[in-house]
Parts: sequence; C-alpha cells; structure tokens
Amino acid sequence: MTHIVKPAFHHPALPVNACGLTHRDYEGVVSTLCAGCGHDSVSAAIIEACFELDIEAHRVAKISGIGCSSKTTNYFLDRSHGFNSVHGRMPSVATGANLANNDLVYIGVSGDGDTASIGLGQFCHVIRRRLNMVYLVENNGTYGLTKGQSSATNDKSAKNRKGVENRYEAIDLAALAIELGAGFVARSFSGDKAQLVPLMKAAIRYRGFALIDVISPCVTFNNHAASTKSYDYVREHNAALDTVDFVPPEVAITVAYDAGSTTEVTLHDGSALRLHKLADDYDPTDRAAVLPKLQRHKAAGEVATGLLYLEADETDLHGLIGTCAAPLNSLADQDLCPGNAALGQINASHS
Amino acid sequence: MVPDRAFNEFVLKFANVNGSGSASANLLCAKALFRMGLPVSPKNIFPSNIQGLPTWYEIRVSEAGHLARRAGIDVMVAMNPQTYARDVAEIVPGGTLIYDSTLRRDFGREDIRQIGIPIAGLCADAWSDLRERQIFKNIVYIGALSWLIEIDIDIIEQLIAEQFKSKPKLVEPNFKALRIGYDYAHAYIDGRLSVRARKSNGTAGKIMISGNEAAALGAIYGGATVAAWYPITPSTTLTESFERHAGRLRRDNNGMLRAAVIQAEDELSAAGIAVGANWNGARAFTATSGPGISLMSEFIGLAYFAEVPLVLFDIQRGGPSTGMPTRTQQSDILACAYASHGDTRHVLLIPGDPGECFTFSADAFDLADRLQAPVFVMSDLDIGMNDWVVDELKWDDNRRFDRGKVLDAAKLEAVSEFARYRDVDGDGVPWRTLPGIHPGKGAYFTRGTSHTDTGKYTEDGVVHAAMLDRINAKFETAKSLVPKPVTRILSSKSRLGIINYGSTDLAVREAISLMGREALGVNHLRLRAFPFSDEVADFIGRHDFLFVVEQNRDAQMRHLLIAEAGIAAEKLVPVTNYDGFPLTAQFLVDAIRSAIHRDTRIADASAPPLTAASMGQPR
Repeated sequence: MTHIVKPAFHHPALPVNACGLTHRDYEGVVSTLCAGCGHDSVSAAIIEACFELDIEAHRVAKISGIGCSSKTTNYFLDRSHGFNSVHGRMPSVATGANLANNDLVYIGVSGDGDTASIGLGQFCHVIRRRLNMVYLVENNGTYGLTKGQSSATNDKSAKNRKGVENRYEAIDLAALAIELGAGFVARSFSGDKAQLVPLMKAAIRYRGFALIDVISPCVTFNNHAASTKSYDYVREHNAALDTVDFVPPEVAITVAYDAGSTTEVTLHDGSALRLHKLADDYDPTDRAAVLPKLQRHKAAGEVATGLLYLEADETDLHGLIGTCAAPLNSLADQDLCPGNAALGQINASHS
Repeated sequence: MVPDRAFNEFVLKFANVNGSGSASANLLCAKALFRMGLPVSPKNIFPSNIQGLPTWYEIRVSEAGHLARRAGIDVMVAMNPQTYARDVAEIVPGGTLIYDSTLRRDFGREDIRQIGIPIAGLCADAWSDLRERQIFKNIVYIGALSWLIEIDIDIIEQLIAEQFKSKPKLVEPNFKALRIGYDYAHAYIDGRLSVRARKSNGTAGKIMISGNEAAALGAIYGGATVAAWYPITPSTTLTESFERHAGRLRRDNNGMLRAAVIQAEDELSAAGIAVGANWNGARAFTATSGPGISLMSEFIGLAYFAEVPLVLFDIQRGGPSTGMPTRTQQSDILACAYASHGDTRHVLLIPGDPGECFTFSADAFDLADRLQAPVFVMSDLDIGMNDWVVDELKWDDNRRFDRGKVLDAAKLEAVSEFARYRDVDGDGVPWRTLPGIHPGKGAYFTRGTSHTDTGKYTEDGVVHAAMLDRINAKFETAKSLVPKPVTRILSSKSRLGIINYGSTDLAVREAISLMGREALGVNHLRLRAFPFSDEVADFIGRHDFLFVVEQNRDAQMRHLLIAEAGIAAEKLVPVTNYDGFPLTAQFLVDAIRSAIHRDTRIADASAPPLTAASMGQPR
C-alpha cells in the first residue's frame, strides 16, 4: 500500500483557527518516507505555519519536482491542489501556475538533487524572475530514492555511508540565491522547529522569492558520523545568526522584547519580522555583508542558520511584467478576445 | 522561353548580402505588386547569419493564382558578387539579369538580357555617408524595377510613407533613392522587360501575412494568456508577434496586461511554464522548432499522462540536430505524434497556410481544454516566416471558448464524489478542477507517476493499464473533433490520388493542374490533422495508389498512415523532398512521372488509363 489516507476521526476538542480549521485540516496523507526522515519535520512545520497564519487550506498550491523531498507535497495540505511534476523542473511549473493565478500561496518543495543538480538552471532563473513563492529545499546532501549517491550540496571531503569521499565542491544554495537577487533567503534545520516555523510563516507572507534551505538529514543514507548533513553534525555546528519571530499584522501591537537586541522588519502586508540577535551585529538587509559572513562560517565548519538575507523591495514577477490585478485564469471571453471589429483593423494593416 | 510581354506571370529574384538592408526593400517590392492587385508569394531564403553570407528573396507573381515556389528565374537582381555564378545560371533563357555595373563584367550568357545599372556609383554621387550609400542601393534597384517591369511608383511611395510614418525624416531620402533608380532606368535602359506587372483585381478580400503572425493572432483570439518560449528560428516571430499584439489588444482599464510573456531559460522551462499555467486554468502555449520539441519531450509526456492541456506550436525547420535552421521541412511529424517516452500519442493540427494558422491556433486551445491533452500546431518555416496571400482573417463574435470539463465551485457542490481521472461520460475525458476553487472539495494531486482515478499514487498494474487505455480513448474522441481533410474529387473514375499536408498544398494544386493537361486524372486529399478522421480512410479506400507528398526523407506521414489508419504500405507511394526549399510543382510532376514509369499499375489506376507514351518523360 503506497497511498495511506489518514482516518477521518479526530479529537473533538482540537483547537480551531480563524478559518474554522483544525490543525488536522492542514495535514496530508500518511508519509511513506523512512521513519525519522527530516523531511517529515519540514512538512510538519508547513502545516504549523499555515495553521497559525490562518491560511485557507485550499488557497495554497503545492508544487514539486522528483525525489524524496518532492513526494512530501502529498503529506501536507490535503485540501490544496498539488503538482508533483518532473525532475528539476518545479520552478517552471510554479512560474506558470503563479502567472495563471496571482492570488494563491505557492509552496515549492524540492531537494538538493532536484535543485542543485538537474534543476540548477531553473532554480537560478526562477530567482531572477522574482516569482512570488516559497521555495523549500529539503537538503540532505544525498540522493535518497536512488540509494545514497552524493549530491551537489554535499560538502567536499564529506564521506557517504560507504566511506567514499566526495571529491567535488559543494554548491551553497543560499549563497547562490543571494547572489542571484533572491529577496528572502533563510537556512534552517529540520530538527529546529522553533526556528523553522517562524521562518516558514515569514516566507509565506513575503511577496517575492523566498528560499528556505533546510538541512534535513537523510536517516538512511546520510546520517552517519562522517556526514556534514547528519543530525549530530548540524546540531553541533549550528551557528544561529538570530532567532526569528513572525508577527501577523493583526496582532502586532504589544512588544515584549528588549529593543536593544531586536530588529523589526515590516513586510508589504504590514506583518512584522522580529529578529533577536544572538550573534554579532548581524544585519540581514545588508547584502554586501551577507556573503562574506557565510564564507566565514563555512570556513569554520559551521552551518549558519536563520534569516540570512531580506530585501525590502517586494516587487514580484507580476510587477516586473505589468500583468493586470485580476488573476489571468479568471478573465472572461470578452476580456480576452478582441472580436471581429479589431480583426478588421489588423486586416487593413496587412493589405 | 518566356513569351514576350508576359504580364503578371513571372518570378523575380533578388540575390543579396545578408545584413545589407535588402530584406525590407525586397518586401516593399512584393507588397507593391500585391497592392497592384497581383497575387504574389515572396520567399525569403536566408542564411543562419547576421551579416555577410548570401541571402535571396524570390517573388513569384501569378495572376492565375499559382503561388508555390517556382524554379526558373525570369528577372534576377544580382547584388552579391559572391553568388554571381549560381544566380546567373538560374535565369531562364530569355530572362533578365540586373546587376550593379559600377564594376562591369561579362556573365557569359548570350541567351539572357543583361542590364547593368551603376548602383553603387549612383549612391556614391547622391550620398556622402557610407551607411546611406549602402542602404539606399536596395531602394535604387527597386526604383529601376519600377520602371522596368512597371511596378506602380505611386504605390511604392505610398508604402514607404506608411513604413516610416513614425520616422518621417526617412521618407524623403527613400523617395530620392527610388527616383534615382527609376530615372536612371527610364533614361538609359533601352526598353522595358519582356515580363511586366499590370494592375489587376486578384487580391480583393486578401491580405499578406506570415503564418507566425497569424498563429499569434489566433492565440490572442483563442484566449491565450500565458506564452512561454525560448528563442529559436523559425518560431521566434510567433511569440514576438503575440507579445506585440497583446500589448495593444490586451490592456485592461488601468493599462495593465491581460497576458504574460516569459522568455524562459530554455525550452524545458518554456514547456514547464506552459504546463503550470494550463494546470492552473490559464490558456498557455509555447512555440518552438524541432530542437525545442526534443527538449520539451519530458514535459509533453507529463502533460499527456497527467492530462494537462497544452498547446505547442512547432514551426518545423531542416533537421536532424541543428540541421538547416533557416530552411523549411516537415520532418517533426513522427517526433511530435509520439513525443516523449512510454506509450504516448498526440493530436496534431496541420495548417496549410497562414489563414489556417489563425483558425487552427484558436482551435488548438479549445481542443487542448476539451481533451485535457497536448495539442501541436504543426507549421513550418515556409508558412511561418514567409508572407502569404490569404483571405482576410475573420472571427465569429458569437463564438465562445470551449474550456472543456472544468468543475467550478457550484458544480462541485452538486457532485457526490469527485474523481479527477474517472471517465464519467464515456468519451475518455474526465472532469478537472482548478486550484483554490473550493474549500472542501475537488483538491487532487497531479503527478507523472501512475495514479488511480482519484489521483492517488499506485503501483497496481491493472489500474495502470486501465489508465493508459482510458487516456487512449480520448484519442478516439479526438478523431471527430479535429479538422477534417480537404478532398477534391477531380475524376470520379480515377483510382489514383495524392495525399499531402501543410505548406506543400500550393505546389500540389499546381502540379495537379499541370498534369491535368497530360490527361492524368488524380484526386486530392490534404490532411489537416492527426488522428485521422474517418474521411481519410474512406478516401484512401476509393483509390488503388496514392502519392504521399511530404518534405522529409523518411516519408513520416506515410508511416503514420500505415500504422494508424491501417493502410496497406504498397498503396502509398512516397514522394519526398527534403532539400529545405519550399516545394515546386515541377518537382512533383517529375516525381510522379518517374513513379508511373517505374510501375505501370500506377498508370492503369488513372482515369482514363495512361500509357507510358502519353505521359511526359521526367526531366
């Protein structure tokens, strides 16, 4: 049995959000990933974020490519349409979907093989297009479904479970995204719900391209002592640049934090991102400073997590190409077909 | 030999250097002849190059309406010394060579008229700027032609004024160049040419338009809102034309666009964008050529299996591989009919001219929605990039888009159980829903993996096989929805037929009329779509032998007829041409004569029966 629907029964006292939905209404079918897979924690964070943000569950489109990560779009938000497309091509499908209807939340789920190898070109270009979407990379440095080959995000010299050393340089997707002009770039760890959920909420509310590179260990093929994408390694080497609170506009009234250690960034919809700085003076809006910072952490063998970069300009693809406010898929015949009279003028200009 | 004073039946050819500004001058000439009421067919025979390589432009004028390409040039304007030898060799005995005699030379042909005009010298006298001296050479020879073959100079001036409406400063120098050529020819050339143009009324109700622009307009009229593409000759002008027309015809009250055009990073992405947009309920297309189809194949298979509408324009060019990117072919038939791995089979619409590019383009969006499947519009470089004379485009204002089986929120409410991939109507086509439409019903999971009728992942072989069969049932449904073939029964007793498709039709019609003079009775069917509607097998069944005319080496459509319409291979005689040039009637007549000389049974099938002696010899 490969498609396991959860029983409809649930506890009658489950809390309900502003949409009248329970947490359960944001879940999907039972995951078929390995027990302990980091990806299931990411799905749980998506469920949590959508529930807490009171997003109507059917107003989300879930789009993915191919791989273990891409399968997860089936394991959350059963009330949303999902599209498990072809390997490495989620960004193009998401682009088309978003062009058709600018009024849904687009969550793209991909993996390190799907994004950093076969889909690297699409990843780069969807960033350049500033597509309004949340792009999640469930990054475990390995090919899971084909049983443990190294991926392009695996650190150089890291060993796979057979002890074979990776000879090639790793691609840092977060650094690449910043270089290419992504407006919202974060990195997190699937085992760190406290960091991941607020980042997820902020990414959903951000209008523009939002990347979260989630280190999500593969329990079967890449969770051993020699891997830099194992639970143990990431827990030990996690250098959190800040902790993040996301505050929707309707509750952004009281401030309980020490102003001295908090930066607040307001998003286009009035919601606020509060960053509590734990590390040195880290300013995620200073693009020039971000990349050297990431390099320093990398050199120290650390995984810098948190909101790495945030751009105030929230112009998305629709803004760049000047499409109308109404979703293109909502336009009626008379909005689209110019009619025979207009054809008369076209004929005249060709005679 | 060209008869003396042959009015309105001739071929004019320009041999130029690419990048010298000749293209717009040559189009000006074609357009002026068209405005004189003459059916014309300009063919731009250009290199894959921006500057320096040889390029040609042929204009056939035929008041009788024969607008296929015709070999044998009546008037050659030879402006490229690199190609003098081959250009001069193409001129028919009694024809005319016009060349730039600033440097005089002997072309070694006594049987043609040679007219030297010191074009470069005239321009050097008239302009000091080097760029102007170069660019106006083209207008000078148009001016000379205006006198030599009597192209109405007022019409040319009118066209120049229209062309430079937004840059009025350019009008006067163009007029000046035109007059320099005209006056020189009038003053120094002893008599006009033996072929001439004379005003006629052969173009009433006609326009001159390229297939790519017509297809783009079809996409506008058919309600396409998302276009995703990657530049590739010869399809580029289709999407560029869509963008230009959308910029004018698709603005809302705030001046915002009711369309999105994305130049993607490659053809894979272009196909993915079109798939994503169609999945989400916008009408979306991509336009490409053969190499792009190869790259898009994986997405085409996904759209087929996940049943996402998708419109693809394939403007075919010379293959395989990069092939001849600026030459025409019909060599993607099999690649598109069966595009992608696994069992797939796709609908092809095959327009025969720009008029059908317009209608089939609009129809393709209805069909793709109706069938929830990829639909290809199989044009080619000749139709796509050349200007053809066709009937004015028309649109029925009562027509509404056929969005196919889409359940909106209200309809979903009325459905007891929604199953995305279940055939509830018996035509193989299931109902679909769009994302975000209903809070509790209708969501499903779209996937390229095998799925049950509710869209759930499955590895159950029985379910998988049933799904493939059900999808194939849509193809059966498509037979009655696609455009029917155009048939012409010219001799009800003849057991000989010609089958063709696409841009070869003008040549086929002309060939049939030429062969008619030799009493060869053949009937004619032009295919306009795959799958083949029942009329195709009916027509073939009434004949013993059928010539299948196509522009590829392997007789791809013949293969398709054998495989998909169950036609006996020996009935279908392949007539193939794959040199990259638009087909000529003479090529066909020769090929058919050869076939008849090879096999007397074919001659016997004609009505009245032919003998080898009654048929001309192949050249």
